[in-house]
Order: sequence, then C-alpha cells, then structure tokens
Amino acid sequence: MPLQWVIVFWAWAGAVALAAVPNLRQASWGNVAVSAVSFLMAGVLMAQPYAQQGWTHTDAVNLPFILLSAFVGLTTAVFSAATLDREGFDHWRIRAYHAAFQIFMGAQTLALLADNLGVMWVAIEIATLATVSMVAVHRTPAAFEAAWKFFILCGVGIALALFGTIVLYLAAQPLLDEETGLSWTALMEVAARCDPATLNLAFAFLLLGYGTKVGLVPLHSWLPDAHAEGPVPISAVLSGLLLNAAMLAVLRNKAIVGANPQAIAAGPFLLAMGLATVLLAALALWRRRDARRFFAWSSIEHMGIAAFAFGLGGPLANLAGLLHLLGHSLVKSAIFFGVGRASQAKGSQKIVDIGGLVATHPALGWGLALAIAAIGGLPPALLFVSEFRLLATAAAEAPWLAIPLAIGMVTALAALITVLQAMCFGAPTPDVPNGSPKGWQEMVAATPLWLHLVVAAALGLAMPAGLAAMLGAAARVIG
Amino acid sequence: MRFGQLTYDLSHLLGGAVLLLSFVLLYQRRIGTVINAFAMQGMVLAAAAAWAAHAQGVPGLYLTALLAFGVKGLLIPFALHRLVRELNLHRTVETALGVGLSMTAGVALVGLCILVTLPATQDARLLSRESLAFAMSVVLLGMLMMITRRNAISQVIGLLSLENGLILAAIGVTGMPLVVELSTAALVLMLALVAGVFAFQIRERFDTLDTGSLEEHRGERR
Repeated sequence: MPLQWVIVFWAWAGAVALAAVPNLRQASWGNVAVSAVSFLMAGVLMAQPYAQQGWTHTDAVNLPFILLSAFVGLTTAVFSAATLDREGFDHWRIRAYHAAFQIFMGAQTLALLADNLGVMWVAIEIATLATVSMVAVHRTPAAFEAAWKFFILCGVGIALALFGTIVLYLAAQPLLDEETGLSWTALMEVAARCDPATLNLAFAFLLLGYGTKVGLVPLHSWLPDAHAEGPVPISAVLSGLLLNAAMLAVLRNKAIVGANPQAIAAGPFLLAMGLATVLLAALALWRRRDARRFFAWSSIEHMGIAAFAFGLGGPLANLAGLLHLLGHSLVKSAIFFGVGRASQAKGSQKIVDIGGLVATHPALGWGLALAIAAIGGLPPALLFVSEFRLLATAAAEAPWLAIPLAIGMVTALAALITVLQAMCFGAPTPDVPNGSPKGWQEMVAATPLWLHLVVAAALGLAMPAGLAAMLGAAARVIG
Repeated sequence: MRFGQLTYDLSHLLGGAVLLLSFVLLYQRRIGTVINAFAMQGMVLAAAAAWAAHAQGVPGLYLTALLAFGVKGLLIPFALHRLVRELNLHRTVETALGVGLSMTAGVALVGLCILVTLPATQDARLLSRESLAFAMSVVLLGMLMMITRRNAISQVIGLLSLENGLILAAIGVTGMPLVVELSTAALVLMLALVAGVFAFQIRERFDTLDTGSLEEHRGERR
C-alpha cells in the first residue's frame, strides 16, 4: 500500500483499536502514540517527491497542510491526555471520544490528500460525522442543540457540495472517461474546454456547500456553538484542521473554474463573502460573553481574511492566504488549549469569570496573552506576516477593498485586546478547588500551547527555505 | 436519444414523479402524510435508479435502487412513524409559511431551475441535461421545505428529500464515476441524521419537536 493510504488507514485502524480500550489513561496515551506515528509518516511524506496515486495525490498545496494536521493532531492528543479526566467521561464515552478523534484525523488527512473530488467529498462527510458525535458527547441540552445545528447546516452544505460535484462532472463529461472523471488533475487539464455555463452552475453549489463548512457569512451560524459545547480538544481540531480542509476544497474547485477563461470569475464571490465575514465577525466579537464562542467568532473572522486573500487571487495574495491558514491553525489551537485550561481552573467559560490569569497561573496566563496577541496579528507570529502581506497586496491591487478589510482587522484586534486584558491582566477571579492539573499533568498540559507559539513565531521570523518555496509553488497552482 | 423513445420517456416520467412528490411534501400539513409522501418518493426514486441501471447498462445502480427502496421507501418511514406514535406528537405540522405561498415559491424555484440548467448544459447529452433540471428542482424544493417547516421531523424529511434530488442527479449523468459509492455515502449521512433524531431525544429534552424551542438552549442565553 502506498504511504498516502497508509497514513489514512493507520489512523482508522487506531480508531478501531482505541474503541476497545475502556481505561482513560491507556486510551489517551494510546491516542498520543497513534498520532505520533501519523506525524512521523506525514514528515516522511513531506520529504518524498510529489506523486499521483490513484484517488490521491500529493502536491505543493496539500503537503504543508498534511504535516500541519498531523502536528496539531499530535499536540491535541497530548493536551487531551493531560486534561481529559476533567471532562468526567464514563468508559463508553472514553471509547467513543478516542475512536472519533482518530476517525476524524484519518478523514481529515484523506480530504487533503484526495485527488478524486468524490473521495474528497466522502472524506469531508466522514470528518463531519465524527465531529458531530464529539460535539454531542456531553449530552447536555446545549450540546445537543449545538450538535443538531452543526449537523443540519453542514448536512445541507455537504449535500449541496455533492450536487456541485455531480454538475462539475457533467461539465467535463464529453472530455473525460469514467476512469479520470472526477480527478482534480484531469479536470484541471480539460477545464479550459469545458462548457463554461455548466462550470458556473457547479461552482455556485460548490462554493455554498463547502463554504458552509468553512464558516463564511451567511453560512457561519453552526460554528460558534459547535466550538463551545464539545470537549475542549475538539474546538482545537475543529478550528485548526477541519476549516482548512474545507477551504482547500473550495480552492481546488475554484482553480478548476478559474482555468476556464469563459467561465465566471470566481474571485469576486470569495472576495465579497470574505469581506462580509470579516466585518460581521469583527462586530460580533464585541458582543460575546462566552470565551470559547468568542474565539470561535475569531476563527470565522480569520477564515474571512483567508477567503478575501484567495478571492483577490494571484501569487502574492494566494501566498498570504496560505500563510494565514497555517498561522491561524497553529495559534488558534494554542488559544483553545489555553482557554480550555483556564475554564477548567475557574470552573466557567464565561469571560467575566476568567480574570487575572497572569497573577494566578503565570505560565498559562502569559501563554494565553501571547497567543491572543498573535491571533490579533501582532508581530512576530506568522499571522502578522500574512496580514501585512495581504494588506500590502490589496492596497496595491484594490485599494478601495483594502480599507474595509483594514477596518475589520483593527476592530477585531481591539476586541481581542479588550478580552486579553480582562482574562490575563484583570482582577483575578477565584479558582475552583482542584480545577488545575497538578504535577506532571500541569507540565504536559502547558507544553502544547507554548510549542505552538514557538513554531508560529519561528515560521514568522525565519521560514525554512524549502517550505517557503513549496508555498510559493502552491500559490501559483491554485491560481 | 430523443423524445418518443422509451428510455427517454420513462426516465423523464420517473424524474417528473419524484418532482411531483416534492410538491406533495410541500403542501401536506399532517405529519403522517408527509412521511408517507416521502416513502413514496423514495420508492419512485428506486424505480428511476433501476431503470437507469437497465438503460445505461450499469449493474451497480441496481444496488443504489435496492438501497433506496429498502432504506428510504421502508426503513426510514417506518422508524419515523414509530417515533411520531411513541412521542404522540401533535399531528399537524406547523408551517412558517402558508401553503399557498410555499407552492408559489416552489413553482418559481422550478422555473428558475429550468431557466438556469437548460441553457447551461447545451453540450451535455439531452437526457443528462433535462434530468438535471428535475434533480435541481427536487434539491431546491427540499431546501424550501426545510425553510418553511418549523418541526424537526419535517426539516429532516426536507433534507432527506433534498438528498433524493442528489441521487436523481447522479443517476441521470451517464458514466458518472463512483456513482454507487457516492450515493451510498450520501445515504449513510442521511441515516446518521435520522439516528440523530432518536439519539438526541429532542422530545425528551425539549418537550416539543418544534426547533424554535431549541434556541432557548443556546449556551449564550444562560
């Protein structure tokens, strides 16, 4: 079996094995071990030349995101191992949680690897089902409400995406045979000769369908609740991984439509949705009282920024968008690690109940403060680089669009700074007894946050030349 | 393939019947009848898939037909009927939009689909392109049903009927790769959704299947 499939099936085999382990400690460290092996395999895959292999392929676009997924999966598994005892799971939930986690990781990797658009759709569907069950795992009314909304909205979204995929094949049907019919590589080659009107129709459905999963306005409303009600580690992988896979699905399909000169220009649609997303999210951030919903809205804002970049198009803006996705994944999952620990320590995830973390929990407080500053786009993290590049490109190419974008970014930054001051530097709020992990657990729980910050800063200050070249090539591939 | 040939006529007849049943779903007010209309739509879809399997010579589509018949024609309607009986739901469906208005909107959507698909697909083979107009109408009517009903079961049926439209589209496109795999995967999603209705025990938690009351449980209101 080629390595591309080994990674996917390794995670799914891990899911089957973990479903049989009822013990919390064994299951959570088993989960770490499975994720660590996946991370090693992703590293090996990164070093291999690009290849097409049946339904899957590796290219400059997906390789960085596969490595990132495996990295965030590993750190989330570590965080989960150190903090999961606070969630109060019985043994059935321990089995279900770890199995769903690895099913999700396998499906996420497959969605990124897929060359066949049908396989990509199935992978995103599996990832959705796995995350819905994880969001509902607490079985409280609020968790059910969040999971149900997530399920219905994303169900409609992925149904529309499948319809778009079928129409896309209809457009290419006269030019392709049954073997290559849904292959992205093959579709890119013949896209210029496809019927442009059918491509337009397909793109409308694909943008709405996968756009729902990205969380673009006006299709975003499932996202804040789904992030706030599941176990803490799930917020980290939802924000850090699933949104990227959906965004890459949009980009792959946009590239096909973009390769046909007579088809409608896909960029302005993404641009408009991206800008609306940034502006709505920047305002919505001011009204949040729940810390996890607050940062989920911040994810919506960042997906809007990325959509704006890809909508602008061209190598420069695309590069900024890809950097933004990478940086957002690293920093946002770090924030959810921090917020998760803070809400466990304070016994509430309301912003008013979490105050003065720097005074009571210095390592956590400073880590969270730096992470929030980084997600706001302050240097030196990767997000500063990407936002600066995007604004510079937008100012040169479409100055009238750069102004509202900058207003949105600054409004969001101000909201983030307000929350940063309240949560990290305000008057300390009382801890609940036994809220914080002790001993080795405290060390292990703190590591992922700081590790993510170090990686994000390192990539912002000195990106390795190989990765930079790969991202530059990817920015040209997606047009 | 043209008008007057059996292959063409029969697949259009079945596609048209699926669309007609979407309209039935749109105007029925009693929940039991809505479920029956959905079962009927599933069975007609199964017939359409079986005919496509025969006409296109793709034996895999017989599997799609069998699954559509067994799951959408029998299993899901049976489960939903049981749920309605066990929970003793009020049998009349509350609609957010009047029947007359929903029907008018439905007709407008079908008109839109024809306007959009027919010019768009001139290169494609005739059969594909007209069944695409049917399929897209069923998809949009399913969405309309989800919008106009406030009851959780009716919304799920709206999504299920939307998915019927997807299958209709997939079997209408001759030579579509992975068609059996994709339609099965879509069916799994729908089964998970129906399982969700049971697993989430919305009735027990919220005392009514009216999704409006779910809003009160949004974490932010606490």
